[in-house]
Amino acid sequence: MPEEPRPGEWVKAVLAWLFVGIPAAWGVAQVVAKSAALFR
Amino acid sequence: MGLAAILDRSHSIAPAGYSRWRVPPAALAIHLAIGQAYAFSVFNLPLSTLIGIDKSAPGDWKLTTIGWIFSVAIVFLGLSAFTFGRWLEGAGPRKAMFASACCFGGGFLIASLGVRFHQIWIIYLGYGVLGGIGLGLGYISPVSTLIKWFPDRPGMATGLAIMGFGGGAMIGSPLAVALMNHFHTATSMGVTETFATMGALYFVFMMFGVFTVRLPAPGWTPVGRAQPGVGAAASASRTPPAPDVHVDEALRTRQFWFLWLVLCLNVTAGIGVLGQASPMIQEMFPGVIGAAAAAGFVGLLSLANMSGRFLWSSLSDVIGRRRTYMVYFALGAALYASIPTTGRLGSVTLFVLFYVVIMTMYGGGFATIPAYLRDKFGVMHVGAIHGRLLTAWSVAGVAGPVLVNYIREYQIAHGVAKANAYSVTMYLMAALLVIGFVSNWLVSTVDARHHFKAGTADA
Repeated sequence: MPEEPRPGEWVKAVLAWLFVGIPAAWGVAQVVAKSAALFR
Repeated sequence: MGLAAILDRSHSIAPAGYSRWRVPPAALAIHLAIGQAYAFSVFNLPLSTLIGIDKSAPGDWKLTTIGWIFSVAIVFLGLSAFTFGRWLEGAGPRKAMFASACCFGGGFLIASLGVRFHQIWIIYLGYGVLGGIGLGLGYISPVSTLIKWFPDRPGMATGLAIMGFGGGAMIGSPLAVALMNHFHTATSMGVTETFATMGALYFVFMMFGVFTVRLPAPGWTPVGRAQPGVGAAASASRTPPAPDVHVDEALRTRQFWFLWLVLCLNVTAGIGVLGQASPMIQEMFPGVIGAAAAAGFVGLLSLANMSGRFLWSSLSDVIGRRRTYMVYFALGAALYASIPTTGRLGSVTLFVLFYVVIMTMYGGGFATIPAYLRDKFGVMHVGAIHGRLLTAWSVAGVAGPVLVNYIREYQIAHGVAKANAYSVTMYLMAALLVIGFVSNWLVSTVDARHHFKAGTADA
């Protein structure tokens, strides 16, 4: 049955995304910095 | 409650009101960790100078010996995905993710012992066999769960997870370099400590996925998607899932084998040039592109590979899986066939642009296939069927680099200039993609006689 998420679920979802998003963003930033050499 | 009970499928059913947007981060935690495998080459040089410290000495391992660690891991990835896919469907994602974390983290720890005692076979056994099993289990573990949570957007959901596998090397490579620099001493390359630390870190990171992942309760549908009198998933998606097909029965359909060919050819075309990207751009543009710029090119391709996994698989929810693969193959063939011209024109910009687009479609091919399987074989055994289809990746992983390397060497041996030695390879890749286009065109609806009937086999 369709059901609305409980109040406060979005906070847990945001925290979960941050947990995986921060290391991923760090890795992407490393690669972007390296890729910049191609355009120099 | 004991650990076995916590990991049990029945205890991972989501309570009422659970947000489905908490599930993709759980899948990403697994895929970002196991995606480290793509960055294993960062250990190659340090492993080859363990005795000599910073330079090779008698008794140090050769690069060819070390190269087998990654190869063994990829072979066991395919084998475990093939073997454990069926088990995963019954055991549930939490138990499979836990097993994956134990194997992958444990593989690193055993490999660190291999480095400590300078025994290569322990590393083969640790990172190669045990770690490889962890790779296969982890790769397929969240797929069917995500498809169940996102019946309206299965391509986007699986694309998010599989994007993590493409992005894992971006974390794994700088992390390994930083740790080796930290642990490096006058008498040690720091690899033992780095392996042990990474094993522990990845295990903890994957545990987040283990304890966050949930299965939807039976009958659950996303808000605003279900219509009275219509199956929830069917009403929710532009491309409704087909009736369920048992994993063993799926292998008897021609659709499975056409899809196997689709994945194999798409990966073959991409993986060979991905491995040769750095020397290729330097040889095609001598005097223009140096080693640093070539490394930047490789990084750019990694970003394209990762982002394509999300973008193309999300688009497939809108335009359909078949049309998406038509675009991969038609546009890919056209771009590959045009690359020698960019070399002749001396246009680095066009060369880079064409390759970036090709790499997005290479990643997209991996990410869109689970949703394509769900469209053809239903949801019931989609994880297990996906596991069996990944054997196409193993074949392509061998065929792609062999084709590119041997054709290049043959050309150079027969007097072709290095700058032009890739032309035949590009045309061959374009031809492979044309065959892929035809294979995809031949993927039709699975005949009703293959559909699962309750009571005829175990579900």
